[in-house]
Amino acid sequence: MITVENLSKLYDTTTVVDGVSLAIERNSITAIVGTSGSGKSTLLRMINRLVEPSSGRVLIDGQDTRAEPAYLLRRRIGYVIQGNGLFPHRTVAENIATVPRLLRWDARRIASRVRELLEVFQLDPARYAEALPHQLSGGQQQRVGVARALAAEPGVLLMDEPFGALDPIIRDKAQEDLLAIQARFGTTVVVVTHDMEEAFRLADRVAVMSAGKVLQYDTPAVLLRQPADPFVSRLTGLADRAMRLLSLVTAGEAALPGAAEGPTVAASVSLREVLSQLLWCGAQSARVVDERGVVCGRLTVEAILARGRP
Amino acid sequence: MSASVLSGARPLWAGVRRVDALGTVLVAAGAAALLLLPFVVFKANRIVPGEGRALSEVLPAWGALGCEAALALAAVAALWISAARLRLACALLAVVAVSLAAAAAGDALTPPGNVVVRIAPGAAFWVLMVCLGLLATDATTRLRPGPALRVLFLAATLAVAGLALRYGLFDHLSVMREYAVNATRFAREVQQHLKLAFGSLGAAVLVGLPLGVLCHRVPGLRPGVLGTLNVIQTIPAIALFGILMAPLGALAAAVPLADRLGIRGIGAAPAVVALFLYSLLPIVANTVAGLKRVSRAAVEAAHGMGMTDWQVLTGVELLLALPVILTGIRVVLVQNIGMVTVAALIGGGGLGAFVFQGIGQTAIDLVLLGAIPIVTLAFTSALTLDALVEVMDRVKAENP
Repeated sequence: MITVENLSKLYDTTTVVDGVSLAIERNSITAIVGTSGSGKSTLLRMINRLVEPSSGRVLIDGQDTRAEPAYLLRRRIGYVIQGNGLFPHRTVAENIATVPRLLRWDARRIASRVRELLEVFQLDPARYAEALPHQLSGGQQQRVGVARALAAEPGVLLMDEPFGALDPIIRDKAQEDLLAIQARFGTTVVVVTHDMEEAFRLADRVAVMSAGKVLQYDTPAVLLRQPADPFVSRLTGLADRAMRLLSLVTAGEAALPGAAEGPTVAASVSLREVLSQLLWCGAQSARVVDERGVVCGRLTVEAILARGRP
Repeated sequence: MSASVLSGARPLWAGVRRVDALGTVLVAAGAAALLLLPFVVFKANRIVPGEGRALSEVLPAWGALGCEAALALAAVAALWISAARLRLACALLAVVAVSLAAAAAGDALTPPGNVVVRIAPGAAFWVLMVCLGLLATDATTRLRPGPALRVLFLAATLAVAGLALRYGLFDHLSVMREYAVNATRFAREVQQHLKLAFGSLGAAVLVGLPLGVLCHRVPGLRPGVLGTLNVIQTIPAIALFGILMAPLGALAAAVPLADRLGIRGIGAAPAVVALFLYSLLPIVANTVAGLKRVSRAAVEAAHGMGMTDWQVLTGVELLLALPVILTGIRVVLVQNIGMVTVAALIGGGGLGAFVFQGIGQTAIDLVLLGAIPIVTLAFTSALTLDALVEVMDRVKAENP
């Protein structure tokens, strides 16, 4: 649980972050969204004290972050930045081992942790452990960056535009990986992004920032249905907010009992994809099956459309 | 004989038709030197003008023929053979042959027991050595040896040359005659030369590295510091010695301790101070450039993961900047080894002492006794540090 209390940052006379308070739940993903210059990165960097707050405080699990030297605090918090920031002179394994080494883990524990992470991130240890970062593709480098941040099993992971430099296909995969990894390790993730689509896909809650203030902090569905501010509705996209609402719900969640004609869809896909598929083949309803192939209900066009209303 | 047989047969001269451009120039220069210039110079004593002798005049017939055969082989290799290994082997063989010929000429022309005559390698010898050296360098460059192999090759060459000198192969040649007379002083001056060159380098690294880091952290300092060092760089060495003489002399007069430590207006102190000042610019400038090249994302990530400021500086920033900083150190070392020579003018000692003494006595052999080791030292330092830079630059592929 991260508690941000009335946090502000002033540079000379410019207020970059202005009295922000947030309560971030344990084991959740929170996205901070805003245009450039909105103060979202500064807010994130105040959590691990890369930027010292001008006023206010941050508590992690009830403990004030100023209770210990900043470098010790940061060893307990994972940190991922855009362009990954890997050390070009160190191998992949050495990069991942950075924080465990700073914490003076013994060599065997470090080696087994590095191996575990490489496997989790689908990087064959035999092939990649001794490679240098420049020998890896952009997507692989990004995965090593996240693996490095998670190496010392931090409870909190901060990510600053982590997928900004990736092309759309690799970004999609990276987002999928992040969701899987968060589910696996139960890390509390705070991710800064300017991409609303990304925020909705990843986050349990989204904080929308503008001019140093948080305008709204809520679940994606509430942000879409009840935007607190014209800026929020502009950022969430007035034109396709109905479609975005549909993309927040899976077929499994919305399936109704009953027999169905038409195409078969997986329970894990979003209503947006189901609707698209129904439009494509001109059907009125679809059959929803779970991962074992068992039919768990049906979805009609009307039922889907009802989900897209405010 | 049918046409198909003719076209199918590969003519013997197929690989020989293209003549190497560099090889042509080198062979022309070498041949002209051998025909027109003296191979050795015979002098009745060290000061009188000498008379030139050709290769065939000074060696027994089989010796001259052997040397000429090796040179002919090198010429063939230079002109027509494109395989770099063969070119290198032929060039090295010819270097050995020419060196042996010079040594043999020294032995042949020196009357038994006479220590007054001077047999000096002549113009043809030097031109041949330069040509063969260029041929060998060109072949080595084409082979693209790795840093370890280059250092190994250098060490082997120095070892062979050292052994030849140690066992008196060239003892009858003029430079070695000068050496025999000055042996103890030579060792002292080499030591002094290295002490001055490395001492001022060490001081410059101790001061320049932190100064470079400071300039990187505080960009406002950069123009002032680099500008000042740039101005110092433009002062001629002799002038700088002169400028330093007055304050250091005054210091020695006022503080007896300084005088006792050897800090005086003349001698080693102004030399070390001047070389130190010259050394600062390459080291500070390269430290700043090297640090600037370090990926900002890597530094930010290092801080973000909980490295202390010192760990980020030493473990990430300086380590990544090291190849560029080492390049600066290489520049300084080679520059210092050359400039220490001038220090002899103000009583600083070093191999320059032989050079200036030789100039004063118009004894060219004494000049060479100082100059050849200086060139060898500079060349060895440059090659070794180049190899070191290459080894350190593991990230070259990422920052081309």
